[in-house]
Amino acid sequence: MSGGQINTQERVMHALRGLYQSYGYQPFKVNKFEEYDLYAQNKKFLTCQQVLTFSDTDGCLLALKPDVTLSIVKNTTDAPGLRKVFYNETVYRVPGDGEGFREIPQTGLECIGALDGYAVGEVVMLAARSLETISSRYVLDVSHVGVVSGILAAAGVGQEGHARIFEAVAAKNTHALRGLCAELGVSPEQTALLQQLVSLYGPLDEMLRAVEPLPLPAESRAAVQELRALAGQLALYGLDTVRLDFSLVNDVDYYNGIVFRGFLDGVAAGVLSGGRYDRLMTRMGKRGGAIGFAVYLDRLERFQEERAAYDVDTLVVYAADSDVPLAIRTAEALVRRGAAVRVERAAPAGLTFRQKLTVRGGEVTEDA
Amino acid sequence: MLNIALPKGRLGEIAYDRMERAGYACPAVREPNRKLTFENPELGVRYFWVKPSDVPIYVERGAADVGIAGKDILLEYAPDVYELLDLGIGKCRMCVAGFRDFRDDASKTLRVATKFPHIAKRYYSARSREISIIKLNGSIEIAPLLGLSDVIVDIVETGKTLQENGLAPLETIVPISARFIANKAGYQFQYQEIRTMCEKLAALGG
Repeated sequence: MSGGQINTQERVMHALRGLYQSYGYQPFKVNKFEEYDLYAQNKKFLTCQQVLTFSDTDGCLLALKPDVTLSIVKNTTDAPGLRKVFYNETVYRVPGDGEGFREIPQTGLECIGALDGYAVGEVVMLAARSLETISSRYVLDVSHVGVVSGILAAAGVGQEGHARIFEAVAAKNTHALRGLCAELGVSPEQTALLQQLVSLYGPLDEMLRAVEPLPLPAESRAAVQELRALAGQLALYGLDTVRLDFSLVNDVDYYNGIVFRGFLDGVAAGVLSGGRYDRLMTRMGKRGGAIGFAVYLDRLERFQEERAAYDVDTLVVYAADSDVPLAIRTAEALVRRGAAVRVERAAPAGLTFRQKLTVRGGEVTEDA
Repeated sequence: MLNIALPKGRLGEIAYDRMERAGYACPAVREPNRKLTFENPELGVRYFWVKPSDVPIYVERGAADVGIAGKDILLEYAPDVYELLDLGIGKCRMCVAGFRDFRDDASKTLRVATKFPHIAKRYYSARSREISIIKLNGSIEIAPLLGLSDVIVDIVETGKTLQENGLAPLETIVPISARFIANKAGYQFQYQEIRTMCEKLAALGG
């Protein structure tokens, strides 16, 4: 959008707050500072190991928050039921480019306590809707940590081998996987199974149908059933842009169930990341489960420029007056997803747009 | 349209050859001129040549959807990309090399000259050997000759350059070959195209 009064980050932040509140999530405010010990004890949970520290007046070592989830979990009491919160905070991290500490705006939500299948599905749905809020061209990849680690457990692979295999899995590196499996004594059948899973990628429902007949060990099978239940719930929400991708692996010391990552067309790295982290709860002495995700708003900086290349995202052209109702419904659906839409009888001269839809005789067609 | 980053130099030429045989020809690539990008819109490919060590950067940051990079470069920079295929070309080894009769004196810090500080550091820290890294950008072989370092960590193809200078490979760290890599976000949106390209390249054999 050109000439907008607010930038993409602000618009998204605002829209996401509305989305989370509409599903009953409560805002959660955390202090900018946190005791350093919290991070020292849970280093591997952090995406970035470096923490900005300083001494308080009493000599206690504090840190500028590199992460919000740990603080939320720390502040959680073992009350019965579920706690649903969202946050909008600044975190301090060193991004991968080695240019020192940065302030990173981050928004996200956590659902903590007596988790059930519904709650997990709701969080995954909100992750997908979060992406939809930013752009209609998004993909949410989901996986379940238990599928791959179930095979590794059945094959008797130790912790160090686990980490090395996960590295190859994350890179979809099937040739390295084959070598590693041979080295670690994984049977040829199990190796073939792993290679097959890692290469799979596509719509959740369709891919699950391909996975279900495979000869998986019990732990992996249970994980696939959880994914099946999730797919059923997402279908009720009408979400069809969720894909299955077993190369998505998070640290098994913390994550134990469904994990997911979101991408936008035009942004080179993932903009959303989350999953179920019951193990972190246990490590921090809390009861119950937890699932949540974060949206990396800093990665949207460039995205805004791409949008600015057009006057509007979508131009909807209707052929006749009888096509107006459908044109309205089409435009409203797009606007709800955060797109800028112009509706006209004919394409206005000089107007630039990313997509043009024509409504004619009860049908919507996209012009090439 | 898939943007493809190729490494300048001999490996890149072999790599482009592979692409051509896999059905992704773009004749303009072979024409002698100063153009930087080459497009074949019918096949949906756009090639560009970059410095070999820059290929993973272009791919990780999404300027290229896919690329061809040596495993040495991938190990050194550890980019967050998919490594989809071992092309089996540009085969060589990452080695520790030094004087043929070199004997490691464990009472001293080992001085290692290399273009690959990350790989060298990882290799020696896994064996708890204390080292001092001397980062050089070329002509690594000269470092031990002039007493700048005790050993070097470098790529060895035939070992001829080493031999001519009285040096020899002492230990192999890891075998190296060229890999077909993809941007993680780009993969989500051009999955079919990338998968097809990968399969066609794989069908050519190693």
